[in-house]
Amino acid sequence: MSTTTLSHDEAHHHDAPKGWRRWLFSTNHKDIGTLYLLFALTMLFLGGASAMLIRMELFMPGIQLVDPDLYNNLVTNHALIMIFGAVMPAAAGLANWMIPMMIGAPDMALPRMNNLSFWILPAAATMLILSFVVPFFPGGGTQINTGWTLYPPLSVQVGMSMDFLIFAIHLLGISSVLASINIIVTLLNMRAPGMALMKMPMFCWTWLVTAFLLILVVPVLAGGVTMLLFDRHFGTSFFDAAGGGDPVLFQHLFWFFGHPEVYILLLPSIGVLSHVIPAFSRKPLFGYNSMVGSMLAVATIGMVVWAHHQYTIGMSMGAVTYFMIGTIIISIPVGLMIFNFIATMWRGSMTFETPMLFAIAIVLMFTFGGLSGVMLAVVPADMQYHDSMFVVAHFHYVLMPGAVFGLFAGVFYWLPKWTGHMYDERLGKIFFWTNVIGFNITFFPQHFLGLAGMPRRIIDYNVMFTEFNVISSVGAIIFGLSHLLLLYIVIKTIRGGKKAESRSWEGAKGLEWELDSPPAFHTWTVAPQVK
Amino acid sequence: MIDHHIKYQQSCPTPADSSEASTGYLSKGIGGLALSISGLLAASSVHAEYGINFPEPAAGVAREIYNIHMLTMQITTVLLIIVFAFVFYSIYFHRKSRGFEADQNFHKSWFGQWSWVIVPVMVLGVDLTIAGKADAVLKKVWEVPKDEKLLDVKVTGHQWWWEYDYIDSGVKVESRYIPEEESGDLYLREVDNRLVLPTHTKIRFLHTSADVLHAFWVPELAVKKDAIPGYITETWAELDREGVFRGQCAELCGTWHSRMPIVVEAVSPERFAAWTEEQKALKLAALAEASVDKQWSMDELMERGKTLYDSKCAACHQITGLGLPPAFPALKGSPMMAGPIADHLDIVINGKPGTAMQAWGTLNDLEIAALVTYERNAWDNNTGDVVQPADVKQAR
Repeated sequence: MSTTTLSHDEAHHHDAPKGWRRWLFSTNHKDIGTLYLLFALTMLFLGGASAMLIRMELFMPGIQLVDPDLYNNLVTNHALIMIFGAVMPAAAGLANWMIPMMIGAPDMALPRMNNLSFWILPAAATMLILSFVVPFFPGGGTQINTGWTLYPPLSVQVGMSMDFLIFAIHLLGISSVLASINIIVTLLNMRAPGMALMKMPMFCWTWLVTAFLLILVVPVLAGGVTMLLFDRHFGTSFFDAAGGGDPVLFQHLFWFFGHPEVYILLLPSIGVLSHVIPAFSRKPLFGYNSMVGSMLAVATIGMVVWAHHQYTIGMSMGAVTYFMIGTIIISIPVGLMIFNFIATMWRGSMTFETPMLFAIAIVLMFTFGGLSGVMLAVVPADMQYHDSMFVVAHFHYVLMPGAVFGLFAGVFYWLPKWTGHMYDERLGKIFFWTNVIGFNITFFPQHFLGLAGMPRRIIDYNVMFTEFNVISSVGAIIFGLSHLLLLYIVIKTIRGGKKAESRSWEGAKGLEWELDSPPAFHTWTVAPQVK
Repeated sequence: MIDHHIKYQQSCPTPADSSEASTGYLSKGIGGLALSISGLLAASSVHAEYGINFPEPAAGVAREIYNIHMLTMQITTVLLIIVFAFVFYSIYFHRKSRGFEADQNFHKSWFGQWSWVIVPVMVLGVDLTIAGKADAVLKKVWEVPKDEKLLDVKVTGHQWWWEYDYIDSGVKVESRYIPEEESGDLYLREVDNRLVLPTHTKIRFLHTSADVLHAFWVPELAVKKDAIPGYITETWAELDREGVFRGQCAELCGTWHSRMPIVVEAVSPERFAAWTEEQKALKLAALAEASVDKQWSMDELMERGKTLYDSKCAACHQITGLGLPPAFPALKGSPMMAGPIADHLDIVINGKPGTAMQAWGTLNDLEIAALVTYERNAWDNNTGDVVQPADVKQAR
């Protein structure tokens, strides 16, 4: 590459290509990162729209807005779009932008594959959206009314939209695996001289573990849905008891992927937190080593506790006892992570800009979600909680703070670096408060609904469940609309604002803050020396 | 939250017509909002009771499950308060605006060096407390009592109704939701035929499914088990009080997942025995009627057919016979209705593999004859065909 000594000067030598070619043929980690983030933002609004429809339907008892099949289709679509379309691509976008800048590398190790792993996504999203709309066309078959878990035999009854969905999952899986390979290769080979693994920024560590998890579990899901495809069209009976197969086998395959997936969504946000909390506490991360250790422990134990999603299928007592103990044990490394975050804040010199507000909200609300997770892990009690609204409340308390708020914190933290402009702090704080309050009004009452006996995934309910459903839906309106403010803040920051310094935050540490804001098109063409 | 299942009793009469009902929901909703804001204290126009915790258990095991639920909830609440306290203390005191200087060496103190051991040990202690209790309860929940006389009830999930077979007495109950016009405030929590069970008797439930996954869930019994085609899973309960306990299907089973209520009616063993005899007698009478060598008139068959159709077929094919295409085809004007009677009988008796249409062969000859006659003549199908029980017998 170039022979210049200062990476800051690079922009003058390698300007970005112009027009659509810049994006379609991009091999630049920053541009691909931007594409990922924009894609995720679009999907966030699509998935959010389906969530709004669900909550509006549940506002009152009775069937008002959608028919039962469309309702179940929305439930399925909301989950898949949010998980595969919004959270995972957003985390990949952060990884693309930040990993090379954080480890002092000029780009990702495999830039062309990087291009491919992004550009598979729009195709996958098209398939996913087709799976939603195809039943509305003549001859389009029935809607996907299975929920994102796609359990057979119900998923074998569904029309051709299920086939679109299966192929969408294949494409999404390929994209994730390619991105993961790229991240692992980059992190293992392209760190700046002197940056030992145990000196690597935490965000990079979390992504290293996440990428390994993805490579381990995504192929299992791909295998599972392929077997489903064969059952549907080629006369096999992997999941059909009448043909010697086993409907429960699919559940094991699904959750072997599905449970580590929870940590795939969570870990990048834990990484973001490990930068945001020290920066705004003006004090180093407490327990770097134990953080890395507990993350490895979470990932390892998380791989072998999947069947706690299936306590009610009639496993033997030995099996459920094992899965219960394993699941409860996860509270040890997760508890240590939370402890480390609190200890980082402790005796710090804190200020409360938007990223820090989100970080504190995560510590508090993720703890809450984690603790209801311990309750769910207890097999006899899960006989009651299982498949009730209590579970819906629990996993939204884990995934919204654990994954999405972490991504929000990361976006606000690094937005000045990406755009070169400070975002509007006042608007950022308004967004935080409406978002967090709206979230809690939406999901807290659902605990009560579940305990009182309301199952999840029902379109219509008895009048005894009205009160908390009304509260929940009102909260959802606040929560949903607050994201329009996020969109406005992001657009406003891209278009202008106060000039951001290289080190945009007083307490920010790390190589990325030694680059200009915004950074040059190519950075770290000469690797920095890490002491 | 950890209070013992607080309930708010209904105080207003049930709204009579549907327009009144909808304003009722609205005021109820606003009432609910007010309730939450004022810390669940405000008086409001609540119609039906609602709960914020599990209902009062009605079986020994359910009570133990309730207790362990309360225990874990109390432990987690204490932990949550500890975390909140530390965070808020830190937010208040360790802030830059108060001039607090960051302690750059905090992580190097002895506490920083050893916290990675101390914290996991403390969490492990909490974990073991919970797991130990859970394990003891689990044994009671999971292991169906052996060497005892159990009342076996086979629970079969269908799209979208429940079938209860009392294996010892041969009594069979089909249980379906009741439309809102007839069930009112109990809509989606009431069925046409309840699952009648004796108290103070160990009951074993055998769960299975005829089509897709379902899950049998009654909170008072704390029994939840998936109904899986090809599997028979078991749970057990011993009811310790009489009463009516309501639950719902808890595993997404397709279009009308919301319309699979479960209602358990717990009665004394004596009343249960009497009820069983009554059911047996009814079944015998129906069989005797069906096997009488008699030509049934069109009117008789149509009347019986409509009752049967509305309860067994209308969930999918609708009362209007218009179905819900493409999943559930219309019967009104369908070529099948005007086609050969033999084909029509075949699909009713044997079902259609690969679709939601199940086999109805367990109905007796008279019932199938009435159903087919009804379908061929209702909704302007008017074929004029009259199918007799003898025709059904021949078609089997």
